[in-house]
Amino acid sequence: MSAAEKTPYRYIGAKRRAKEHPRFVSGRGRFVADIALPGMKHVALVASPHASARIVAIRTDAALAAHGVMYVLTGEEFCANTDSLAVGVDAPKVTRFALAKDVVRYAGEWVAAVVADSRALAEDAAELIEIDYEPLPHVIDAEKALAPGAPLVHPAHGSNVLYHRKFVWGPVEEAFAKAEHKIAFRAVWGRSATVPIETFGIAAQWDAGTGILDIWASIQMPKFPDQTARALRLPGNAVRVHFDVDVGGSYGVKRGIKHTVLVGYLARRLGTPVRLIEDRLENLRGGDMQGPDRFFDMQVAFDRDGTIRGMKIRAVDDVGAYAGRSPFQLGKPVTAICGPYAIPAIEYEPTSFMTHKTPQEAVRGFGQAPTNFAIERAIDRVARHLGMDRIELRRRNFIRKEQFPYTIPSGSTYDSGDYHAVLDKALAAIDYPVLVRARDEARRTGKLAGIGVSTCLEPSGGNSAFEVLMNPKNENTTWMDSCLVRVDLSGAVTGVINNSSAGQGHESLVSTVLGEILERDPDSIRVVRADSLTALPSNSPVGSRMAIMLGGAAAGAARQIKDTLVAIAAHNFECSPEDLEYRDGDVSLKGAPEKKLGWGQLVEIAHRRFHRLPPGLEPGLQAKFVWQVPTGGDLPTPEGRIQIYPCYAFETHIVLVEIDPDTGKPAIRKYVCGHDCGVMINPDIVHGMTYGGIAHGIGAALYEKFSYTADGQLASGTFMDYLIPSAMEVPAMAIVDHCTPSPLTTFGQKGSGEAGYLGAPAAIANAVNDALAPLGATIDTLPMSHMEIWKAINAVVPAQAGTQRLPKNTGFPLPRE
Amino acid sequence: MSETLYTMEVEVNGMRRTGAVPARLSLVDWLRDELRLTGTHIGCEHGICGACSVMLDGEPVRACLMYAVQANGHRVTTVEGLARPDGSMSVLQDSFCETHGLQCGYCTPGMLIASQALLDSNPNPTEAQIRDAIGGNLCRCTGYQQIVEAVQLAAARTKSK
Repeated sequence: MSAAEKTPYRYIGAKRRAKEHPRFVSGRGRFVADIALPGMKHVALVASPHASARIVAIRTDAALAAHGVMYVLTGEEFCANTDSLAVGVDAPKVTRFALAKDVVRYAGEWVAAVVADSRALAEDAAELIEIDYEPLPHVIDAEKALAPGAPLVHPAHGSNVLYHRKFVWGPVEEAFAKAEHKIAFRAVWGRSATVPIETFGIAAQWDAGTGILDIWASIQMPKFPDQTARALRLPGNAVRVHFDVDVGGSYGVKRGIKHTVLVGYLARRLGTPVRLIEDRLENLRGGDMQGPDRFFDMQVAFDRDGTIRGMKIRAVDDVGAYAGRSPFQLGKPVTAICGPYAIPAIEYEPTSFMTHKTPQEAVRGFGQAPTNFAIERAIDRVARHLGMDRIELRRRNFIRKEQFPYTIPSGSTYDSGDYHAVLDKALAAIDYPVLVRARDEARRTGKLAGIGVSTCLEPSGGNSAFEVLMNPKNENTTWMDSCLVRVDLSGAVTGVINNSSAGQGHESLVSTVLGEILERDPDSIRVVRADSLTALPSNSPVGSRMAIMLGGAAAGAARQIKDTLVAIAAHNFECSPEDLEYRDGDVSLKGAPEKKLGWGQLVEIAHRRFHRLPPGLEPGLQAKFVWQVPTGGDLPTPEGRIQIYPCYAFETHIVLVEIDPDTGKPAIRKYVCGHDCGVMINPDIVHGMTYGGIAHGIGAALYEKFSYTADGQLASGTFMDYLIPSAMEVPAMAIVDHCTPSPLTTFGQKGSGEAGYLGAPAAIANAVNDALAPLGATIDTLPMSHMEIWKAINAVVPAQAGTQRLPKNTGFPLPRE
Repeated sequence: MSETLYTMEVEVNGMRRTGAVPARLSLVDWLRDELRLTGTHIGCEHGICGACSVMLDGEPVRACLMYAVQANGHRVTTVEGLARPDGSMSVLQDSFCETHGLQCGYCTPGMLIASQALLDSNPNPTEAQIRDAIGGNLCRCTGYQQIVEAVQLAAARTKSK
């Protein structure tokens, strides 16, 4: 929002430094690895070297005799004394424990845990554990896993399929029968993840005197304390998760529930504090945080004028060896299944299946980025099929500004938007005609160059209605969040929140919102975190929800405080609250500003002068507010129509990519993102998350992949193989803001925690394809690594000076002669 | 079967610190676990991510790839040593806050070390030089944009003083 646009807010939307920053820049963050408990022991893990095997014998004597070793735990004891982790879909036989028992189902799965005085000593001892395995058949690709007679990852489940359903929303067959054109293609999203720089870690301490298990963890997970307690067979009030641990990045994946149950069990069993901090190999291979691994069979029916009549999407996703919540990542995209387009008929056929790979975990966007990539590849392919400009095609199919609120075929209603305006702003910002000339000039100098455009939705407000959509036994229809506000005897304001944070700036969010409503300086407001025994209900910062849900809860609580102060003044002035005016914390009589009770006086009355409080008002000055997700609360219709998320932000990405035709190496030359997430509470924070999301998208599009060898070994278990883009690969970016307020939220805000990531891979993929178009080459598989681009070039360009043909059956080019 | 310990003396953030450490102890583990200077973080332990960056005699190094004993007789600066003598934030630290050059804060100490080392040797870096200097430090939150802006701001503020 430009400075010229006047907002009704004093603090919301203004530039504010984040409250969290000073502790981080001075080295005073408090991350889980910084927590040192007296007498704390350390865990090292023994992992399976096989993708699928029977455990024949485990010999632990030598490890137990090693210096500094306290204990060795194996699956036999652990599985007998804990319960399986929760499975999201209806697949109760797909049990999952932190330590394998009898069989291992992926290379890297934990088989034994060693507890010793230091991590180094624990690792020394872990090497002394001998395990005999009998290898079993394994399966790591979709075709084989879904074929009859495939090796079963969980034989008790009876199939490798965890979830399958075909949804038909609207007259799909009719649309396909009547359309003038149809295309079909497959788009493939490679297995990557958001891979935070901090690995997962957890420290736990059991107090036998109180019967409380204290947990400090690098966590971002809904229902984490509850799931930990259940698996440990403890009542919920015996587990105390401390949310005041700084989380070193998460973007969805910091859900170390198996780690936590393991360490919680050990802490209780041994009566001593225990800590496990993953090393990077454990994190990438056994940390159970790899992302969607999915292909889309896309069919689109459209007319020659570009009108899209219908779309069929078959999405097949490999969740690896265990379920958890990962199959739900096929369900969330139902809430924006037609993207920003007015497509009246959609068929969606999701299949979630298992292989002998590392389990999948929630990743930024919860399945939306892969879906947006497939939809946006489809739009570009339709444009190419018709010879139509892809920007014009998008404009023609966009839902128009005056059509909101707009209900899409799968049942969600988009709250608001102006997609044409945001696209136009972004095109103007990048100076599109100049961009086209730059591309064409690069082509003339022998480079491959392409422009990519994507226009995508970012559902926000983090509801979990995909649970009830995908599991008929689940009737969870609330995904609330909360805030407690206290005004103490000194008049200082404290907001209490109920989750840990991983860089999203929740302390800044809440202090700004409280300051806005209470008209107090946000810098004077402290924000602290409850622990899980003192917390109000929260569902953690997932699904771009906190600006909406935590912001809304904080505003609700602040309004109660304000109402209380006005009620106190009204009682003391013997007038009606309507006669009073609240300004900067003081309450005065309208038209008679000298008749005033100041903030300090009102606080004094609330805390100490019961005789001056209105009857029925509780003493002290505090308020809690628990907020249900707006529009949430319904069960799906029989056809599977449901409102999943409440708010829909929009983003468009325009990018110029150049490719070296000799090596296939891509470089991003220009990047503009147009973004509309409604009213921004803190623009720097929104922009920061968007830049970061774009960088994640660049990684997913061009570099990052969890590759597996044919025998099921992870081939990218270090940062030398799993390639995270650096400041050399991520270009300078420009963000153009637009503001269409949401009618559903407190200040008109929408969520934006997943911004950037939801549209960047699609735009980059479209740019690479635009660059390859003059050659007649196409790629629809991510990541589009140098090698994959080089192969695509060489598949269509005959051998000539400057290019080389790939020899058959090798993954590598020969050195140039 | 306890390990042989080696005595060492290092100047850390201007203070003389001594230790008796096993040969295999990494510098970052010594700083974090023995000195409790937990501002320096561990990200990959194989020299790629840069989260453990510290300055050794003014040059940025990976504290995960060095043994503690290798620092014997040298000068080490960690993020805790970047503040002004009165404890307030340095120009660079303050610039990171101003441009929102961080989110979760985990890579931040390494970024500050890499950037400060750059500014110490080149007070007027170009954007390309800044990207090159932080090219060995991975960040997953920011897309580097506001970090680059922070270093540019710090350079401009230092120049205008």
